[in-house]
Amino acid sequence: MSGYDLDAGDAPPVPLPEVAPSRIARWRDSDLLASFLGSKTAMAALLATVLMVGLAVAAPLVSPQNPYDPAQLDLINSNLPPIWQADGQAPFYLGTDDQGRDVLSAVLYGLRLSLIVGVLGVITSGVLGIALGLVAGYAGGALDTLIMRIADVQLTFPAILIALVVDGVARASFGGALDVGPLIGLIVISIGLSFWVQYARTVRSSVMVEKGKDYVQAARLIGLTPPVILVRHVLPNVTGPVFVIATINLALAIITEATLSFLGTGLPETMPSLGTLIRTGNRFLFSGEWWIVAFPGLALAGLVIAINLLGDWLRDALNPKLQ
Amino acid sequence: MSRSTLKILARGVAAGAVATVALAALPAQAANVFRFAFQGDLKSLDPYSLKESFTEGMQQAAYESLVTLDKNLKFAPGLAESWETPEPTRWRFHLRKNVKFHDGTPFTADDVIFSAQRVRASGSNFTTNVPADADFVKVDDYTVDMVLKKPNPIAIAQFPTWLIMSKAWAEKNGAAQPTPPNATSPSYATLHENGTGPFVVAEHQPGVKTVFKKFDGYWGKVESNLDEAVLTTIANPATRVAALLSGEVDWIDPVPLQDQSRVNASGTAIVMAGPELRTIFLGMDQDRDELKDSSVKGKNPFKDIKVREAFYLAIDEDTIAKRVMRGQAVPSALMIAPSLYDRGAEFKRPATDLKKAKELMAEAGYPDGFALTMDCPNDRYVNDEAICQAVVSMLARINVKVNLNAQPKAKYFAKVLAPAYDTSFYLLGWTPSSLDSHNILYEIVGCRKPGDKSGRGSWNLAGYCDPKIDAIADKVEAETNKSKRDALIKDGFDVLNADWSYIPLHQQALAWGVSKKVHLTQRADNLLLLYWVSKDPQ
Amino acid sequence: MLAFLLRRVMQAAAVLAVVGLIAFSMFRFAGDPVNQIVGPDTPASERAEIRRSLGLDDPVLVQFARYAGDVVRGRLGISYQFRQPVSQLLAERMPATLELAFCATVFALVVGVLMGVYCALRRESWLAGLFQAVSLIGISLPTFLIGILLIYLFSVTLGWLPSYGRGDTVRLGWWTTGFLTWSGLKALILPSITLGLFQMTLIMRLVRAEMLEVLRTDYIRFARARGLSTRAVNLRHALKNTLVPVITIAGLQLGSVIAFSIITETVFQWPGMGLLFVQAVQNVDIPIMSAYLLLVALIFVTINLVVDILYTVVDPRLRLSSARTA
Repeated sequence: MSGYDLDAGDAPPVPLPEVAPSRIARWRDSDLLASFLGSKTAMAALLATVLMVGLAVAAPLVSPQNPYDPAQLDLINSNLPPIWQADGQAPFYLGTDDQGRDVLSAVLYGLRLSLIVGVLGVITSGVLGIALGLVAGYAGGALDTLIMRIADVQLTFPAILIALVVDGVARASFGGALDVGPLIGLIVISIGLSFWVQYARTVRSSVMVEKGKDYVQAARLIGLTPPVILVRHVLPNVTGPVFVIATINLALAIITEATLSFLGTGLPETMPSLGTLIRTGNRFLFSGEWWIVAFPGLALAGLVIAINLLGDWLRDALNPKLQ
Repeated sequence: MSRSTLKILARGVAAGAVATVALAALPAQAANVFRFAFQGDLKSLDPYSLKESFTEGMQQAAYESLVTLDKNLKFAPGLAESWETPEPTRWRFHLRKNVKFHDGTPFTADDVIFSAQRVRASGSNFTTNVPADADFVKVDDYTVDMVLKKPNPIAIAQFPTWLIMSKAWAEKNGAAQPTPPNATSPSYATLHENGTGPFVVAEHQPGVKTVFKKFDGYWGKVESNLDEAVLTTIANPATRVAALLSGEVDWIDPVPLQDQSRVNASGTAIVMAGPELRTIFLGMDQDRDELKDSSVKGKNPFKDIKVREAFYLAIDEDTIAKRVMRGQAVPSALMIAPSLYDRGAEFKRPATDLKKAKELMAEAGYPDGFALTMDCPNDRYVNDEAICQAVVSMLARINVKVNLNAQPKAKYFAKVLAPAYDTSFYLLGWTPSSLDSHNILYEIVGCRKPGDKSGRGSWNLAGYCDPKIDAIADKVEAETNKSKRDALIKDGFDVLNADWSYIPLHQQALAWGVSKKVHLTQRADNLLLLYWVSKDPQ
Repeated sequence: MLAFLLRRVMQAAAVLAVVGLIAFSMFRFAGDPVNQIVGPDTPASERAEIRRSLGLDDPVLVQFARYAGDVVRGRLGISYQFRQPVSQLLAERMPATLELAFCATVFALVVGVLMGVYCALRRESWLAGLFQAVSLIGISLPTFLIGILLIYLFSVTLGWLPSYGRGDTVRLGWWTTGFLTWSGLKALILPSITLGLFQMTLIMRLVRAEMLEVLRTDYIRFARARGLSTRAVNLRHALKNTLVPVITIAGLQLGSVIAFSIITETVFQWPGMGLLFVQAVQNVDIPIMSAYLLLVALIFVTINLVVDILYTVVDPRLRLSSARTA
């Protein structure tokens, strides 16, 4: 479900892997690879993800049309069904929408947008969360309390609510005429603000554990400054869990963007993401023009399921307790 | 199974049992109820707060006007039994006796005089409905004179949408002014009504539902056989159609174009379609010296007539009508529907000509086009956003890069209307409420001046101004000879078209989805009037 | 113990204060409130007068204090769209949202527990595999897609269930309920499933994991050794131990369910608070947005507080280790 924070409110129902120094070893160990090769699901998921990412990257090369270039759209080609139906026409293999936009191209470009927004959103929330987690864990005291209280308040609100509010406030402040660039930035910020808490909590608890350890004390003794210690010694230990969170959050971020667009507050119809396409297509669902909603829907579902499967497998592989 | 789970289950079963018993106990529904769904909501019950067709139609179920319109849009007596013009500047109205407001107070001349003030007060959306220079004089309890400064043959043209309120009720409830500007508390009149009409608003939840009930003390005979009418808002077009087809509602508006054949094929409902009076058009800001949000700096390309012509010629309205509107629109050469102007057929829409459009752009100094922002509502007119998107594609062929800003109507109107007129290029629809060309020449294309209270050019969002038009409009207002008047109007429209001032697109089709159990009258002004709605009893 | 509770209440109040500050900032600084109130042709002098009458010229701190006072007394401002008090709008739409959230939670609990137990006891069966797959889809598919799918299947294709709205409702005082009419009950089915699916998935996964864990413990082995039947062990002992965390989670998630009904309500045009909120975002109706934000925070904080108190009452040992947050 869209943007559900897995530990919204309280105790995460699906525990995250505990952080232990042996984690790095586990990563380098071939255990991971072995477990990967042993899991057909994981391999299929990876294959699907790579395929979709590849298609998204290559979208401008493989798409019959650039769906964002209005000059390439022709109303004469509007509402064509997929090629295997009676009125289907090449090169519109999956049909066209009400503006004559090729559905296949729109899906490929939409995948691209979804991934861009998702990855940028995950990076934003990751950087924010890791930084705050490091600071909170290392500094402790009042600063720690403050950051963790903010995290608590943050957790009070599901991501989609935060994103909607950020979006609404931005619209009120800048007027409606945001260009697509700033609009994407806005969505990325909304997502970043919604998902940083998990990183912060994980990193913080890891820092708390490491802080007392001899090698950190030793590093301090030889005159290394706290930022250097944090980055060089503590950060590598949390790579595993952060990677798991990032994978799961990528799926959530993609869903959040799609939901925003579906609700009409995300990307515009002239530059549709998968969510926007589904919103448009939903209007035509009852009238038999099913392809406008079906293909974007399938693409979105496929992408999210593949990423989730990867995330699930990663989490299990890194956490022997769950097996 | 654990005890707590069992408990939860048991509770569910108990709830089900209670529900069944309650269902059985409910009385059989005998009342004849008409359920209908509209895409938007009834924002306000105050009859002077929003000039919008659907709202006006709903308010006319509860409120009445002095002069009303019959099924053919001809004047008919309403609360005024009759009227005459003893002299060109004096209109005398003889009011109906034995009319009661819903709260029981009798209707008299004082209510008319009060309503004439209120409708022209600040905050009213209907100030132009009653001439600004008119004085209302009480002759006796059932006779009112309207005294004008100069003759005006169309003085009562907009009376049918000027609804009469009760003076006593409004004053008692602090609603003597139309929606007060500093509304820190909501106006009583926006949530309650007290008209003289055949229906009473029994319940009003804005955005959810409004319930109308038959008014037993109504003075006249009502064609409708309804006991009750329930309005719900269903914004999602697909959902709206599903509700009609499943029989959950008896009437919907609008039926999305793509669903019309399905509704007709259903066997339970039909689409009632006819050309509407509303003209959809595009406006280009010709007022500012530099366009807002445009790549052209230091000058306004729309001030160059060649650019305006190029835009006009680049937009392929025939394809828009055929594909976006699925044939449910009539391309228009005029800013008014041909049915409202007898000589309308003399005008022909110039054919699309991309080559010429490109040449014109090059001549104007924009061979590589330019960029600008277009404002568009996305929940106001039939397929409004889709039309705008099609326009964006078509303009891309003459290298004009349009950034489309499509918004819900509330936000759209707040942006583009006075005083900001914050738009460079926009789509708007207009039905002259007087059903007359003068309204176009006066409100839509008349020169707008800052601080002008007369209402001239008040909807001229593009700021187009040609003094010739104003002169013609003034002559049209005073002219009583029809053929001379029509000739004057033609002159006006000729000037307008020669200036490439606006780009008229089409008259959209009215599309109501109506259950076969329901019988009603569809008028070209798109008002749903409950007193003409009947439903076969169950 | 009293000190612990007091600290919890203080924390809850602090959270509400912070959310209040955010809500106030939105209210005050996102767009010009005066523009939203007056008509476009209002002269500048009149605008200045309104600014004064609304107190917009006072120091920000004074304004915040006034805002907080108003909120406490239930005055949440006037909606720009409807020109009605926001508190009244929310009150009108609250029953719809609460009934939907309740049904979704019941659905999630009942189905989630059953599926979870089955998956734990018959780990290798094909049905358990199917349930696992369903849970993956439940967690992966966006709510709106699930809603559209259900509408297409059950409303458009089969024509069994309504696709929008609450059906007929019955008014009981200020509360409107859909539980008492046939059409009201039918209208609840699809939205409840759509909204509850994610919770169901969570609960199913949780029950499965907890059951597996519990079944491995000595306590269960001991019960088995005592000769109790497998069925009795599974249900009486294992499930019972599992249900405490499950019901806690379900309770805690109630707040999220209410907030998440935003999407479900939009898809099904359900006339609840979530739909009101989405319309408010689209129309930039800041008073409704900020009031909704406050309300959601209040619901979350209250639920968490109640859970805390219950835990402390039930099991005093928990009061120290509980790292629960408001």
